[in-house]
Amino acid sequence: MKHLDEYRDAETAHRLAAAIHNEAADSGRRYRLMEFCGGHTHAIFRYGIEDLLPSNIEMVHGPGCPVCVLPTGRLDMAIRLAKRDGVILASYADMLRVPGSKGQSLMKARADGADIRMVYSTLDAVKLAEANPQREVIFFAIGFETTTPPTALAIETAAKKGLTNFSVFCNHVLTPSAIAAILEAPAVRELGTVEIDGFLGPAHVSVVIGSQPYEFFAEEYRKPVAISGFEPIDILQSILMLVRQLNEGRAEVENQYIRAVTRDGNVRAKQAVSRVFELRRDFEWRGLGHIPYSALRLKDEFAAFDAERRFDEPYIPSEGIKACECPAILRGAKKPTDCRLFGRACTPETPLGSCMVSSEGACAAYYTYGRMREPAQ
Amino acid sequence: MNIAPRTSRLSTRRLDLVAGRVDLTHGAGGRAMQQLIEEIFRPAFDNPILARGNDQAAFDVAAGRMVMSTDCFVVSPLFFPGGDIGSLAVHGTVNDVAMSGARPLYLSAGFVIEEGFPLADLQRIAISMGEAARAAGVAVVTGDTKVVERGKADRLFVNTAGIGVVPTGVEISGDRARPGDAILISGTMGDHGVAIMAHRAGLEFETTIVSDSASLNGLVADMVAAVPTIRVLRDPTRGGLAATLNEICHQSGVGMRLDEAAIPIKPEVLGACELLGLDALNVANEGKLIAVVPAAEAARLLTVMRAHPLGRDATMIGDIIADPSRFVRMATRIGGERIVDWLAGEQLPRIC
Repeated sequence: MKHLDEYRDAETAHRLAAAIHNEAADSGRRYRLMEFCGGHTHAIFRYGIEDLLPSNIEMVHGPGCPVCVLPTGRLDMAIRLAKRDGVILASYADMLRVPGSKGQSLMKARADGADIRMVYSTLDAVKLAEANPQREVIFFAIGFETTTPPTALAIETAAKKGLTNFSVFCNHVLTPSAIAAILEAPAVRELGTVEIDGFLGPAHVSVVIGSQPYEFFAEEYRKPVAISGFEPIDILQSILMLVRQLNEGRAEVENQYIRAVTRDGNVRAKQAVSRVFELRRDFEWRGLGHIPYSALRLKDEFAAFDAERRFDEPYIPSEGIKACECPAILRGAKKPTDCRLFGRACTPETPLGSCMVSSEGACAAYYTYGRMREPAQ
Repeated sequence: MNIAPRTSRLSTRRLDLVAGRVDLTHGAGGRAMQQLIEEIFRPAFDNPILARGNDQAAFDVAAGRMVMSTDCFVVSPLFFPGGDIGSLAVHGTVNDVAMSGARPLYLSAGFVIEEGFPLADLQRIAISMGEAARAAGVAVVTGDTKVVERGKADRLFVNTAGIGVVPTGVEISGDRARPGDAILISGTMGDHGVAIMAHRAGLEFETTIVSDSASLNGLVADMVAAVPTIRVLRDPTRGGLAATLNEICHQSGVGMRLDEAAIPIKPEVLGACELLGLDALNVANEGKLIAVVPAAEAARLLTVMRAHPLGRDATMIGDIIADPSRFVRMATRIGGERIVDWLAGEQLPRIC
């Protein structure tokens, strides 16, 4: 923990906050910085980082929450898979309470008798398949590039062990596609976006993919990127980097998280992913709509481990709740408190939208750590 | 049916406390059940009220205010570093009674046992309960045993109920916190929950953390004797410090302002929480208490708490403020502010 204390030190935080004030306060401009990753959103609220920033710096919350961006239709598929005879659906706990269509959720399906198990890793799901040879074990795989390599390894492990009762319902999505969609996709533009001056780049995702993929955004869109760790000192330092870049008219990829991120990322992890997965032609994101080549699917040689093909389960798009502002919140176009359901019908106990369920969702962060900032309702 | 001869043959032999297992006859109300009680529970709990062998305990009642509490224990694993389901079942109810300022006197104990449960484990748990009760100065005076078919319960569930008597002049309740009062805690947060999680299947990792499970009635007696004006006492069990502080705010209609830097958390606990993505303030304790006290008495109460072995690390963590929204606010280490909220959903089931 000594290691972490360094990144939570009050004195360093105050020094950085003073430097940010020095750089930003008299510039006469606004800084709209999107933290892509839900982990950053939570850290910002959990440590009260906004209290240390001048009022002309606005943190815009991005779509980097895998639970949040999964569209209702994909969740409905998971529920249908879980309800099949003989199936055990292995899922991360975060997914269980996410509302599907018609008030359904995995938690409700479980109460209705579906066999849904919470696992902490993909290999737990493989073990589950080994222990239950007479059952079909489906792993509900979600996540950005951070969680994709473990899924790839689990599939390879299952293949090596000759398991015939293990499959993956793959919902792995790609960070650069989502950033590009926010910056340029006409479809996303039509849905309504917000002007963004710079990006706080993801920490764990970048450990895997490296800093190189962001260079395109810096060059092509003239948006500075600072890849940031998850600790308060990391975030403050990254904000300072972005403010300095903007003041100096630079648009570069800077790496604050040098203790974990390299330009090329984790080559072995990337190789594992490319052995097992290929790009999907199209994937629907909650809030961002259909984005071509923004997600992964299993390669044909691993088709036997692909739950979608194995069970021939179709994707049926679903609207979700109309009043729920999750889609606009995920694009950064609205704040959680702009949603009329927030804190009233929709709370962490009774979530109506995915952003209130996930431990990385912006609504959950606002509600759990920051709702004293809003006038009493 | 040959149950009768088998039962009678068993009852003539002593229980096999090495390799034997609980079977359905042990809950059937016959001789086998009698034998279970005689050979395991009665010696472990050993006291004159229980020894009379009635279906109820009879004892004289002190004049004044009595308190009563009950709690069920379904913890998994049954044995964990720093305790087991038996000691936990005593500590939990003793503490619930003590948090009124009362002196706990008597406990009852109920057991739901899954068919096939090893008799050796049952005995070990009963002995642990007896020891915990004696250490807390309470007696287990009545009890019940049920055996259910394999698969209908997970090994062993325990219920305890307790009663105690409140010293005159003491008026402790969750609705008595007032703006200006000080909030004290008796020690480090999160030890029990992390000790359990570390040993839970699927979450195995090496740690030296031991559950803080303990009876707090001795500490409470010292506190109440020195500062009878204590307004609120509560043990932050399930949901941790965060949940308990929110409960107090809601009951009393007040808000709180905490100082994150003042809340003691062991580095190992913090490390484990990092690894598991938990907030130590949501993690359960089984041997810690929160006290709300008029600010003028805070320093004196802290001295008394620190003089007791279970209050050595006692510290003041914040104060009560007027707030119609009843928020628990916390100044973060780096100088920001956030809410400390109830945990939504279940962090991890069956920690107590």
